[in-house]
Amino acid sequence: MAPVLEVSGLKTHFFTRAGTVKSVDGVSFHVERGEVLGLVGESGSGKSVTGFSVMGLIDPPGRIVEGSIKLNGKELVGLDEEGFREVRGREVAMIFQDPMMTLNPVLRVDTQMIEAVTAHDKVSHKAARERSRDALAKVGIPSPEERLNAYPHQFSGGMRQRVAIAIALLHRPPLIICDEPTTALDVTIQSQILAEMQGLCADTGTALVWITHDLGVVAGLADRIAVMYAGRIVETGAVDPVLDTPLHPYTSGLLGSLPAEGEPGAPLRQIRGSTPSLARLPQGCAFAARCDYVQADCLALAPDVTPFPGARGVRCHHPLNLAGVAA
Amino acid sequence: MLAFILRRLAQALFVIAAMLVIVFFGVNVVGDPIYMLISPEMDQQQIAETARALGLDRPIWEQFLVFLKNAAQGDLGRSFVHGESAIKLILHRMPATLELAFVALVLAIVIGLPLGLYAGLKPESRLSRFIMAVSILGFSLPTFWVGLMLILTFAVGLGWLPATGRGPTVSILGLETSLLSLKGWQHVALPALNLALLKISLVIRLARAGAREAALMDYVKFARAKGLSQSRIIGVHILKNIMIPIVTVLGLEFGSLVAFSVVTETIFAWPGMGRLLLEAITRLDRPVIVAYVMVVVVLFVTINLLVDLVYSALDPRVRLTEATS
Repeated sequence: MAPVLEVSGLKTHFFTRAGTVKSVDGVSFHVERGEVLGLVGESGSGKSVTGFSVMGLIDPPGRIVEGSIKLNGKELVGLDEEGFREVRGREVAMIFQDPMMTLNPVLRVDTQMIEAVTAHDKVSHKAARERSRDALAKVGIPSPEERLNAYPHQFSGGMRQRVAIAIALLHRPPLIICDEPTTALDVTIQSQILAEMQGLCADTGTALVWITHDLGVVAGLADRIAVMYAGRIVETGAVDPVLDTPLHPYTSGLLGSLPAEGEPGAPLRQIRGSTPSLARLPQGCAFAARCDYVQADCLALAPDVTPFPGARGVRCHHPLNLAGVAA
Repeated sequence: MLAFILRRLAQALFVIAAMLVIVFFGVNVVGDPIYMLISPEMDQQQIAETARALGLDRPIWEQFLVFLKNAAQGDLGRSFVHGESAIKLILHRMPATLELAFVALVLAIVIGLPLGLYAGLKPESRLSRFIMAVSILGFSLPTFWVGLMLILTFAVGLGWLPATGRGPTVSILGLETSLLSLKGWQHVALPALNLALLKISLVIRLARAGAREAALMDYVKFARAKGLSQSRIIGVHILKNIMIPIVTVLGLEFGSLVAFSVVTETIFAWPGMGRLLLEAITRLDRPVIVAYVMVVVVLFVTINLLVDLVYSALDPRVRLTEATS
């Protein structure tokens, strides 16, 4: 079967006064039906912009300048606002990072859910309300009938995120983009929400693009992983091989800086330097200035994707752990 | 809720009492009204008699006690000039002023809100820049000058609208209004526009600032991600959020529209209470001035209370309960 989502050569640039910011600069990936793809990267790596590009939520001065986004075989790039509106919520939904901000504070939960139903399905108010109530029940909100009449501020952060998830699930979209949906929650709630998302998506066959900077979350949740750096995917593959034997020095550095990797009491390892400005990327590899294994050709030429067995790929001239992959 | 309202009513009574004291003494230590009221032929004895008849010969604290006693019964004194009850005079003129202020307020919302929303949602467009430039003019041009220019253009030059006065009135539920006839609207159009100009600019600025801020909020992006139409996002999600500051400010501004329509009423010869105040001041008609100020105080206090109530309807996070500190 064709993949749910196929992104190829996507370039989303922001034309600011300070210059062109190449937030997403040639990103290609695909998501199979029912699959969970972890899109990992630090702040400013372009992972959220990639998600918003799929939703058609890039506002000026930003623009998709190149590439293709195919959702269930349908090309999204170049759709007008009404075309995107029909897709959003029905064929692809999105859950945001901060549940305190995503629900409108002055509208009741039922208003915000019913309008989401009737945006795509011409059903009666009553039917839409019943569907909303069932959706709330499904994400584990107690006494959903009463909670429909509540305002967002009467919910806790975790409960609000459940409401957002319920809204995303209303039309049973084949794909949901999750933009760090557990980052703003505390750890116990985080694991509950993760478990529930996993269960719900397994039931409905929904595919997820899980955007996060938390490798721990990805390890437990995702089937495949794509690591982004400076607007490009630098490494991709199934989760376990990538996390066990990272090929890219950046992936290796990220893993090395996890607290679990260090000696108790010893300072955490970190990747030196900081992300380059996306308005002025260097000529060669974007990671060269921070890489421990940098060589002369890294500075001269940006690397292309090198494929590896097991559907892995890495954007590096001198990948690490080659022995581990060959074996 | 009930406790909140009772508490606010008690506060309102205190404010009104304090204003009574301030206004009475403030007005009564300025000038001696008796010399404005007598005719030059009167001799000392006649002057003294007039003063006694009006109660102006007694010490000021005694005058105040009498004033308080009458005020408690809803009587704020008789006009020196008209010989009628001051409060009646004002209440008689009030419908005209309320009508003018109401039309001005509606104009401010109907014109200001769409323009401000547009300017806030498309801040870079030429039309938005033009709207903002005009709103600066609305703020800066003095009311009396704009009023004269309106008369010059629409009444004298084009002859479309009458320059002065109020149209024929009909009584509905005891309220005199001129808004039920075309002629009435023709009369109210220019003064209301003149009075509204500043408020239109104010609403434009508030709506623009609110819309610019709200458009960047995550809930707007989330609403778009749900597949909502643009009109629903602007008309419900953004509008309801920006109405909170607009309702607050407009509520207070309605008070000032009523209280300070003096200039507009004078220029357009609108028979409202603003003109009455101006006459009372030039003739030192103390009871009318005091009554006018008290009416305005009560008006402001009432509007403040109403704004608080509307505010809680708009923003569910506002709870109308006493702070437990």
